[in-house]
Amino acid sequence: MFKAVDDGIALFRDMLRIRMIEEAVALRYNQGHMRCPVHLSIGQEAVAVGVCAALRADDQVLSNHRCHAHYLAKGGDLTGMLAEMFGRATGCCGGRGGSMHLHDQAAGMLVSSPIVGGAIPLANGVAMAMRMQGRDSVAVVFFGDGACEEGVVHESLNFASHRQLPVLFVVENNFYSVCATLDERQPDRPLEDLAKGHAVPSFTVDGNDVFAVHAVAQEAVARARRGEGPSLIVGDTYRWMAHSGPIDDIERGYRTSDEVAEWRRRCPVERARAHLVQAGALTAAAEREFAATFTAEIETAFITALAAPFPARSSAGEHVYA
Amino acid sequence: MPDTATPDTAAPDTKTITLAAALRDAMDLCMERDPNVFVIGQGATAPGRLFGSTTDLLEKYGPDRVQEMPLAENGVMGALVGAAMAGMRPVMVCMRTDFLLLTLDQIVNHAAKSCYLTSGERPVPLVIRACIGRGWGQGPTHVQSLEAMFAMVPGLKVVMPSSPAEAKGQLIAAVEDPNPVVFLEHRWLHDETGAVPTGYYRTPLDGPRVVRPGRDVTVVATSLMVLEARRAAAALAMVGVECEVIDLAVLRPLKVEPVVASVEKTGRLVTVDTGWRTLGLGAEVVARVTEQAFGALKAAPCRLGVPDHPSPSSMALLEGYDPTATAILRAAGEQAGLNPAEVERAQAALTAAIGEWPVDVPVGGFRGAF
Repeated sequence: MFKAVDDGIALFRDMLRIRMIEEAVALRYNQGHMRCPVHLSIGQEAVAVGVCAALRADDQVLSNHRCHAHYLAKGGDLTGMLAEMFGRATGCCGGRGGSMHLHDQAAGMLVSSPIVGGAIPLANGVAMAMRMQGRDSVAVVFFGDGACEEGVVHESLNFASHRQLPVLFVVENNFYSVCATLDERQPDRPLEDLAKGHAVPSFTVDGNDVFAVHAVAQEAVARARRGEGPSLIVGDTYRWMAHSGPIDDIERGYRTSDEVAEWRRRCPVERARAHLVQAGALTAAAEREFAATFTAEIETAFITALAAPFPARSSAGEHVYA
Repeated sequence: MPDTATPDTAAPDTKTITLAAALRDAMDLCMERDPNVFVIGQGATAPGRLFGSTTDLLEKYGPDRVQEMPLAENGVMGALVGAAMAGMRPVMVCMRTDFLLLTLDQIVNHAAKSCYLTSGERPVPLVIRACIGRGWGQGPTHVQSLEAMFAMVPGLKVVMPSSPAEAKGQLIAAVEDPNPVVFLEHRWLHDETGAVPTGYYRTPLDGPRVVRPGRDVTVVATSLMVLEARRAAAALAMVGVECEVIDLAVLRPLKVEPVVASVEKTGRLVTVDTGWRTLGLGAEVVARVTEQAFGALKAAPCRLGVPDHPSPSSMALLEGYDPTATAILRAAGEQAGLNPAEVERAQAALTAAIGEWPVDVPVGGFRGAF
């Protein structure tokens, strides 16, 4: 997956790939083949990529309704994701889950739960199992600022801390719960302080700086692997598009176009690109090559996913039980 | 025309509005009359205003009485139970019934027990509005119709509106009710329009009502299925079968007498749930009718509902999952002993009336947001 992250090129590449995939989803959504909601990750690529680049294939990622970037960053199969959105038998859930339940067992993308906060305690259990089985793998759960309001956050931080579980809690703070701002829902305090009350080390990073996210994640993952317990990372970032759907939603009026424009200026992909270009690590030719590769990959994945068969109606009741 | 508005105060004026607007008007009237009424929900103050059901209320009543909600379902539910015990009349709105699962402790262990444990001294006048999703590939955790779970619990009332006029009156009655009322709105009904009296009136939470009289087959339905049953009944009438369609409306306390009276007339019973067929309301209705009117039954009752698996996302897997007017037509037609040719004639009449729609969107072209 990530063979050489040292020069940062892999981090940039992965963000660029996710951005291009999400833009392709947005562009093609209204063609009518995706009959399910989509919660796009555009603007929030850096936290997903920075954290997942610090993981091994055997580490497990758990996600939420906005799961595309986590799935892709952990190495989830692109065609399986698109086929799921197209409701096809070859989708990663066999067409049963839709876009909010992405998983890829081979890639260590365990589960996505669109019930806010739902995956947080699962990560503790996964971490507990890893340790009981004598492995040094790590569980990572991504959730948003909204999920920080759920009681289960406290239950889970307490449990993880008391048992010193190898788990990483990653808060993607995009400042909105659907349309409600952070200050409509929470007191003015750093989100990382939630962990302090449970003696869980916590860190706030610029969630649009993939290198900063990656550095903090590497350290937290290493600590967890060494048996030194959980960490919580808060990455401040921003959702460019609507909560759900293929468009931006500035016309709804809950956020200003200035605010969106300001965050677009802080684009995580652009920032990584600028940094790498300045450092002489990224040439225009290399970038063109990445883009061409991803364009071809995306085109092929869409064609393959769309050509896949629908599941048989008679299979709808399968897998309810093991 | 909504068939069943039963205003108990004179309200001659009506306007044609959606069910969501009717709920909004009910909230407005309740808040105007009683300063203890307040609403809280995720999205209550957001641009969509909870599918239009809280439009303008923030502007009129301010942020104390129209509150945005943190994503803390159980904690907030508990706060509302406490507020209700202390004399307020909170209305919580939850955009998905699935999310209410996080609040079950407060609803079942606290809201539903307080009155009992305090010998009536601390009732909990709380309204819990929640929307049943369905549609557009939302998958297993955003579409669940969990009315049977709530209807199982003594101490709760459970209401499922099916028409704009009734929804308004039922919501007013729920707010006035001294007990916790779970008020389950099907998202596919929010855009249904009907003539709604403009004034303050309550539709008593006193049980089922006949929404279409008939002599041949009794069809008991809830929520969206009342619409589907009415469509089926209209088509069956073209081939001479008269269904008596009953809107169960109030699932707890369940008053089965109108259903028993109907079956004593028709001898045939079809029930239609929006939720799982197994242990659904239909199971309870059939059991009670069988207990009370066994001798009147001319055929084994038939239950329609959702099969025993989660709701899949893919449209290909959804074919035949939720009950439809067609499924009701066929079940009722079989009860009535129609021959295949008559069933097909009725089906043709149904198709002519409503057209054909993909299974993941409602009849009428509603395009979301789901």
